[in-house]
Amino acid sequence: MSTHGFHKSCTRRRLLQTGAALALAPWLPAHAAADALPDIPALGAFLAGRKPRLSRVRFELPQLADNGQTVPMKVTVDGLFSPESRVTAIHLFSEANPVPEMAVFEFPAPVERVEVESRVRLAASQRVVAVATMSDNVLYAAAAEVIVTIAGCMDGT
Amino acid sequence: MPDARVNVPASVARGKPFEVRIIIRHPMETGYRTDESGKSIPRNVIRTFVCRYGGEPVFTARLSSGIAANPYLRFFVTAKESGQLTFEWTDDSGAKGSESAAVTVV
Repeated sequence: MSTHGFHKSCTRRRLLQTGAALALAPWLPAHAAADALPDIPALGAFLAGRKPRLSRVRFELPQLADNGQTVPMKVTVDGLFSPESRVTAIHLFSEANPVPEMAVFEFPAPVERVEVESRVRLAASQRVVAVATMSDNVLYAAAAEVIVTIAGCMDGT
Repeated sequence: MPDARVNVPASVARGKPFEVRIIIRHPMETGYRTDESGKSIPRNVIRTFVCRYGGEPVFTARLSSGIAANPYLRFFVTAKESGQLTFEWTDDSGAKGSESAAVTVV
């Protein structure tokens, strides 16, 4: 029966897929580590052993920046905030810039929509990290990787 | 030409966040460049930026050479009462700039 045959091949396909996934399994932890935050000394000093959760922060940078002199950047912190748990600051850390702590944005007054847009300078292809500090001292973070074709630190002068 | 351009909505709804956009005319000199004679150009970037609403700070930024020339900032502020949004900034040379915008809450 054709339907039976289809079912059979489907099972076989699934079996092969499972097998392939299992074969790849040893590489999974390495992949997870690649998703972790880059090792930036200034970021390490800021965190001082605290572990930010890699959620809620959406950090948008172009994947490819033609000119590192001015790269549009947007950072958003999702979610419902309460007086006990609201965003008080967002720190930006650069992996390759001469000044690793690029900017700090602070929110002295509560606001429902936490979204900051600016333009950054990037000295080289690198990963950039945004860390949001909550009023209850919980940290959320996200990293974005950018390939820079013209560095932001030299402009031919 | 003014040192900054500010954009806020014509009217904002009470209790809701509204968008504030500002662009400041400033070279954000990194300190890594040299002039024609090979002399290094001293660093001069805007260090601090404060936005106040009715006198109370609502958004502040500490910037570095990692922010592009003519810094642009877009952020949100919660609408409370009609009043003034004021913006103040200081650079490495000690120069201060300011701008303001009226907010009408409906």
